[in-house]
Formats: sequence, structure tokens, C-alpha cells
Amino acid sequence: MRLFDRVSHRSILAGIAGSAVLALAACSQPGGDAKPAAPAAAEATLPDTTSTARVRLMTASQYANVIADVFGADIKPGKPLGPLTRTDGLVASGAAKVGVTSGDMMKLQRAASAVATQVVDNGNLEQEIPSHRDSLVPCKPKDPAASDDACATKFIAQTGRLLYRRPLTNDLLNEYVAKARKAAEDNKDFYAGLAGVLEGMLVDPNVLMITDIAEADPKHAGQKRLDAYSVASRLSFFLWNTVPDDTLLKMAESGEILTPKGRTKAVNMMLASPKLENGVRAFFDDMFAFDDFDNLSKDGAVYPIVTGTALKDAREQTLRTVVDHLVTRRGDYRDLFTTKHTFMSPALAAIYQVPTRPGWTAYDFPESSPRQGILTHISFLAVHSHPARSSATLRGKALRELFLCQKVPPPPPNVDFSALEDPTSPFRTARDRVNFHLQNPVCAGCHKITDPMGLALENFDGGGQYRDNEKGVAIDASGNLDGANFKDVTGLSKALHDHPQVPRCLVRRVYSYGTGGPLTNDSNDQVDALTKVFASSGYRVPDLMRAIALSDAFIRITDAEVPKATASAAASPAPAVH
Amino acid sequence: MNTFLESLTRRRMLRGMLAGSAVSVGLPLLDIFLNGNGNALADGSPMPIRFGTWGWGLGMSEKIFKPKQYGASWELPEEIESLKPVQKHLNLYTGFNGFRDAAPNLCHTTGWVILRSGAAPMSGNDKPNETIDVTVAKKIGTTTRFPMLTMSATGDPRDTQSYESASLINTSEGSALGLYTTVFGPDFQDPNAKEFKPNPKIMVRQSVISSVMDNTKKLEQMVGAEDKQRIDQYFTGLRDLEKQFERQLTKPEPREACVAPKPLRGDIPTGVDFELVNKRHQTMTDILVMAMACDQTRVFNVLYSKSFASTTKPDYEKPHHTASHEEPIDQKLGYQPMVSWFLRRAFENWAYFVGAFAKVKEGDGTLLDNMAIYASTDQSFAKIHSIDGLPMFSAGRAGGKLKTGLHIDGQGTTGCRLGYTLMKAVGLDLPTWGNQSNQTNKVISEMVV
Repeated sequence: MRLFDRVSHRSILAGIAGSAVLALAACSQPGGDAKPAAPAAAEATLPDTTSTARVRLMTASQYANVIADVFGADIKPGKPLGPLTRTDGLVASGAAKVGVTSGDMMKLQRAASAVATQVVDNGNLEQEIPSHRDSLVPCKPKDPAASDDACATKFIAQTGRLLYRRPLTNDLLNEYVAKARKAAEDNKDFYAGLAGVLEGMLVDPNVLMITDIAEADPKHAGQKRLDAYSVASRLSFFLWNTVPDDTLLKMAESGEILTPKGRTKAVNMMLASPKLENGVRAFFDDMFAFDDFDNLSKDGAVYPIVTGTALKDAREQTLRTVVDHLVTRRGDYRDLFTTKHTFMSPALAAIYQVPTRPGWTAYDFPESSPRQGILTHISFLAVHSHPARSSATLRGKALRELFLCQKVPPPPPNVDFSALEDPTSPFRTARDRVNFHLQNPVCAGCHKITDPMGLALENFDGGGQYRDNEKGVAIDASGNLDGANFKDVTGLSKALHDHPQVPRCLVRRVYSYGTGGPLTNDSNDQVDALTKVFASSGYRVPDLMRAIALSDAFIRITDAEVPKATASAAASPAPAVH
Repeated sequence: MNTFLESLTRRRMLRGMLAGSAVSVGLPLLDIFLNGNGNALADGSPMPIRFGTWGWGLGMSEKIFKPKQYGASWELPEEIESLKPVQKHLNLYTGFNGFRDAAPNLCHTTGWVILRSGAAPMSGNDKPNETIDVTVAKKIGTTTRFPMLTMSATGDPRDTQSYESASLINTSEGSALGLYTTVFGPDFQDPNAKEFKPNPKIMVRQSVISSVMDNTKKLEQMVGAEDKQRIDQYFTGLRDLEKQFERQLTKPEPREACVAPKPLRGDIPTGVDFELVNKRHQTMTDILVMAMACDQTRVFNVLYSKSFASTTKPDYEKPHHTASHEEPIDQKLGYQPMVSWFLRRAFENWAYFVGAFAKVKEGDGTLLDNMAIYASTDQSFAKIHSIDGLPMFSAGRAGGKLKTGLHIDGQGTTGCRLGYTLMKAVGLDLPTWGNQSNQTNKVISEMVV
């Protein structure tokens, strides 16, 4: 870490690039090396560009993480934030466009009320429920049945700083303390005052909308950059999927985070933190569209062992595999499509037909197994299928859209598929059925780009279970992907691993995720340059995240107004409260 | 009368209704609720008129759906014979179209968007106008605790046909337990409670929300033009919240039929198996009926199945939507048998829905008599994504302004006429509704009293 303290962020990028040349030879076989990439001499430059100032609604997972990080994991956050519209491949990008309806606001208020009630509850000795107020309120009032400005100030300032991600202004702090005082006096309950104010804070858009605040950029006359607190927030939601911690906020308070050296220090600290796992997990859960699991179920009559528990575990299995491979092992991103290493739960073991052991355990599919890589995980196979059968088209479409960032057009409106179910038809396998589509020129255009990929996964049914035949007919799992022919899923996994658009698509998604919204064509040069950096790093995702977090574009912004002095919550911070 | 009231256990009177049984509840006209004629509230204000939408996916099997007769005397064809118990409470509309003009035919989208917003979308992400429920809620949803309630029996909050704009989607409540907690959770105030004591917690909320609204206005000054609009929308949400607090601090008017349902013991499992959807739909319906009877809202949206209806049937490998495209038309029957099987389940639930409101006595009629419910779908013939001849229903008499029991032929005119007529019936004075070929200023005169 000390080394990083002494170098600029551009040097860090250069280091990532340099390390990659050596790393490439070994990157296809991720081992247990968890060391960060060593700086080297090669130069990697990113375009002189900016990103867009955003106002993003917190996602449901961010809200849950914020409540857990600020108040503790035993405070139940509820689910006040509904699903957001997926935009440019990411829910997180949709968050930069979506508004809050009155109905949403009422849900948020109810959740805020529930959280505030828990935070100040006094526990129950008989039921062995601990008092949250004892641990979460940093002081005790002189009289719990009366107001206490000093204690209220301490709680509101400390909690507000974390929730707002910057110190409350003196004016706002005083206003909240006054409201807490009145509520305590009216209710004859000090904690009712705190709960009321906390409830209000939890519906404040300054808390729930992650807002990029601009200030004049001293290095680029006439241009803007994020202010220090916005840098801390952008980094924190990108790398940790939650609010900045005390260390980051202190770096923002001192302005250190705005210096290249300070930002490098912050980013390295964040990448070394266990919270990085949360960030990586949240990103891939979003990129893989795993929100579809929230309402996924399978026909119990057709797939009796693909239960709700199994589907929940399937999502977890893939996320565990991703975090282990990319963060713990610092593996090559592309090897996610070919790795035999994963994790197994009892519910999944039954579907994979492997020995069962209690809890989650590491597991390697044997070399002879057709299972390799995340495409052959139950998660991907089940979520991109119908409730009672597989779908080569849905799977092929998902491959194109999720991993190659391509858009598959919707089907034409007037197509008769009746021949597929005609009792006299010869269609017995998925290949027979999709070949039928290819006979229709209106359908063929799209099915040609989805089905050859999806058919390679036909050895797995709609529940993700292995099969070698469909209705007694041996499954032909051959296909091709943009010129690469293969005979089965192993070949598809290899073709995807080697596809040049796979890393570029990931870069596009990570950059979009990190900077908080959908990209425009203006970002193409940046994505190209970052793709080179990513390749040079040996396709290490943490190194890509570092490159993005340290790029100029991460903090230099456009389309935002310089805040007015009276409007900035940071303009007149309250005195520190200890 | 007071003695009688004191001895009357209202829960006993209404017992059974929430379990979905066919008990018809007859409540006496209680003069604390109503005026002497039973056609207005005790304070002389008229009975509230409510509006709601109900949606189902994938249209109809025309051959066994469309009645042969029009007017007040029509026989229910096979696919909708389950509507018999509620036939007199509803109207059926056939022969109405959705017009795309220059817009593409977006499968399972164009049809419902036209009927709900009056305009054809140009793309899947396009959300032209605002949906009819939003327009109506701005007029009649301003005095209740919730401006509107939106729910989906699919269980998926993403399944909704209600939006204010492309960025303001009214997501659905997909959980019956969530719906119960929202309406009848800790903040519910029984309008028939003997005593009213303002909740001190709400007074605190009201005090703090004003600070939050000030903060919001400050934030609005710090962001770009597009985001300024989003923050302004956020402010509107806070203002609605503030109004909600105000209402909760005011003694509610007694409501004759209001009985808070018993808390649910648990939620209905995730899934779109038809039995789960039925159960979710019926439980949500029961809660919604009491939400209306207790005047917690006057506008709602209920989705039985989304436009790409994904309802499944055990031992049948295709969900409804897939079946609609792949199942051949049985040449002997003249329709797709399994597709019709799914549609029949939808119409059974529509019958349950209408019947649930019709069972609740209100004044000298029923709750349904003071409602206008608009039921629409996405396609007429889903197999080919047709939006010609979109079937629709309405239910309720909007306080006596509408006739029911009719089958009405649209004769190829825009289906938006129904939405326009219903909006007029619930008190919106709109000169026209809809865009381009879907624009209309013609009510459906056959249904107007």
C-alpha cells in the first residue's frame, strides 16, 4: 500500500497495463494468488474526457446495505424500493433516469418508520431481544422522558453524516434538533424525537438520491469536477455498493480525496477491503439480470427438485463463484466461462447429481463433466427458460445481451407457430423447433443469431438438469458463435471465452455502473481505452475497477451546475461531534 | 338507534365475506353513516365515486367469447360463462379497435398502452401520455389516505399498466401480505372507531417532513434541468405524503361497510401457477374491497395477468403466452383449447372481482354501484398480436350514471371511447381523450344513463 501512496493514479494505470503482459500467460488458470497487480513500466493512457453528473435513486440492494452499514445487520430494512427499469443492460443505469412516484414515497416512509422504530427500540429482556438504542444512540439522555439537545445533536450529527454522506449543515442540524426536542416534549419520550427525525432523514432525497454535486475544476478552467463528498460517494457505491465509511468521509472532509495521491490511496484501501466483495457481487447480480430470480419459479410437476430454495441457491452459487474467481483468486474474467470450480449447496447437489454435504462447500466439476463455467450453472440455465421447458432462443438472446452487449430485436407481430405443436409434426427436439423458425425469413434474421448459441445448452433442461436426449431423440448440441463452430457446450464456453466482445462488453457495463448511468457514443473512446487496460491487466476485474475509479473521467463531469453557496450541505459543515 | 348500534357487532355482520364465501351481506342503513335517503353520507356529501382498472393478458378466443346478441339481452358464450353471477353488474365491449397510426405494432404492448393512455407507443420504452388511472386519481384521489393502490396477482412488482411518464412507473404491490400491511398495518385508522385520537407519531412526521421538503427544494437548485424535474417529482411525492399525514390527523368519516380484515398469517408463495395466481388475486381483491369500503383509496389498478401472461398449469409445459403462439387452432372446436383454458381462469377471477364489490352494501345499493371499473387487455387474438376488436369490460354504475348488463358493439371505433366515457362518469370534464386516431370526444351513449 505504501508504494501506491507514492504514485499518481496515472502511474497506477500504467502499472496495471504492465503487469498484464506477464499475466496473460498464466491468467487462464486462476490460482490462489491474491496479490495486487504489481506496477510496471508500460504506459496506458485514457482519453481526456469527462463523465456525466448524475442523480441516481438508490437501488434496493444499496438501500439494504446502507441500513446494515449505518445501523447494523439486525435492523430489517424492508423492501421499499421496487424494481427499476433496466437501462442499457443495467438496473443501476435505470436508477439515473427513474423518478419517485407518490406510491413509492409512501412505501419509503413506511420503511423509514420501521427502521427508525427498530433503531431506538429498547429491546425486551424476557424475549432476549437486545436494546438497539443502547448501541446505536451514542449517548444517554439525562431523562428518557424529556428532551436532551446535547444527546440529540450527537445522534443526529453522527447518523446524518453517514446517511447524507456529508456533514449536515449547521442550519439543518439545528432544525432537526429542534424538531426532536419538540417531539420529545410532546410525547414525553426522548427517543420518539430521535425516531421522528431519523424517519424524516430516511425519506430525504439527499439521502436516497445519490447526487453528483459539481464544483469548479481548478485544473481545467471553465470545467467542473465532483466535489470531495461526491467523489467519496461515487467511489463507495461503485466499489462497495454502499455509503462511504468514516475513513472515506474524513478524506473528503480534508479534501485529500481530490488529490491524485489521495484518490489512489482511497481506491486501494477500498479494493483491499472485504466490502469489495459486496461491490463485485452487486455489479454482477445486476449485469447478469439476476433480479429475474425474485419472481422465478419452476413447474413443480416437471422439475420437482428445482424448488424455491434451489433457485435461491442457484443465484448464490454463481455469485459466490464470481466473487471467488475474480476477487479472491484474482482470476481472468473470461475464465468464468470455463472454470470447473464452483460452490455447492445441498439443494443444488441434488440437481447437479453430485454428493451432498451440509452447507456451502467448494466444489470442482470433474473433467469429464459437461459442466464448466457459469453458462452451465443452474442459475443461467433456469432463469433463461420457461417454467416447464428449456428455451434455446431465450438462452441465446441472454448470451447476446448479457455478455456481448448486443440487442436482439423483438419478434415480429404476425407469425403463426402452430406447426410446432401440430400432433403430426416431426418436431421432437428444440433443434427441430428452432429450425422451423429458420424456414420463415421474417423469423430467421433474429433466430440465426440467438439459436445456434442457445442450442448448445440443450443438454440442460429448463431446470438446469443434465439430459442427453429429448423425447428419446439424442440431443445435438452443436452450434456456432460468430464464426466459431463447436459441437457442444464446452465449445460454446470456449468460444465465448475467446470472443473479443466479451471483455469489451464487461468494460462497458463496469464503466457505466461506476459512473452511474447509461453511456453515450461519446464514451466509446473511453471504453476502447479501458478495454486495452483491462486486457493488459490479464482481464482482472479489480484492476479494471481501479482504472475506472482513478480515471480523470471519474471525477471530471459535465452537464451539472456549480452549486450555489446556500444550497450545498457541505458549505458550512457543523462542528465535529465526538 | 344508538342502543342498537352499540349492540351491533359489525365484524359479526360481515364475517365470512373476506374469506371469499358467497355470503351476501345485508347491513341496515345506519344513520351515523348515511342521510335519511341512504344515497348520501350523513353529512350530506354524496357517496364517493371510485374508479379502478383490472387487466388480463392475451385477449380472447373470439368464437367462444363474443356474444351473438347485443344490448341488454345477451347470452354468455362458453369462454365467459363464469360471468353469469355478475353479468348484470358489467358491460362487455367488442368491436372496438386500437389504432397504431404510424407506430409499430409492439407485441403485447401497443394494445394495452392505447387503451390505458389513449396513444400508441413508438417503442417498448415509450410511455405516451399518462395512464387513465393517474388522470383519474388527480381528480378523485386527492382526499383519501392513498391516491391510488396498484397491485398484481402475478406477484411481480414489475407487472404494471400504470405510469405517469416513462420515468415514473407505478410499480405493483405483488405481495398480498404487503398489500395488507400497507392498508391495514399500524397506520390504519378505523373510521368507525368510537374514539379518535390523533397519533402523536404522525404529528412528529408532519413536523419533520416540512424540513425534508425544504431540503428537497434546495437540492432541486443544484442539479441539471432533467434531474430538476425528477427532484420536483420527488417533491410532489413528499407533498402527497404530507397530505396523507394531514388526513390521518383528521377524524375520518364513518364508513358503513368498513371492517378491517384480519391480519394474514403469511404470504402466498412466489409463482404463477394458476392456483397461486387465483389465490393471490382473490386475497388481494378481498383486501382491496375493504380498502375501498374504508375509504383508504378511491382509485386502484389490479392486474390479474400481465400482457405476456405467463400463467402456468401443472403438467402443461407451456405458459399461457407460449401456448397462445404455439398451440394450433383445433379445427373442430375453432379455437385453441389450452389458451382458452387459461383465459377462462382469468374470466373466473374477473367474476370474483366484480362480485366481491357487489356483495358490499353501501347506502341503498352496493359498493360496486358507486364504482366504475375498467377492464382491458393487450390483444384481441394473441396468436397474431392483433389489436383489432380488443375486448373490454366495465363494471359498476358510477353512482347511477352508467347502465350495466349490456353487450356493446364498437363498430370499429377506438376503444379509447370506453376510457373517455368512464372518466366522464366519475367526474372528469375532458373535452377529448387520446391522440391521433385514438382521440375521441364521443362517449359510448348506450351505456350512459
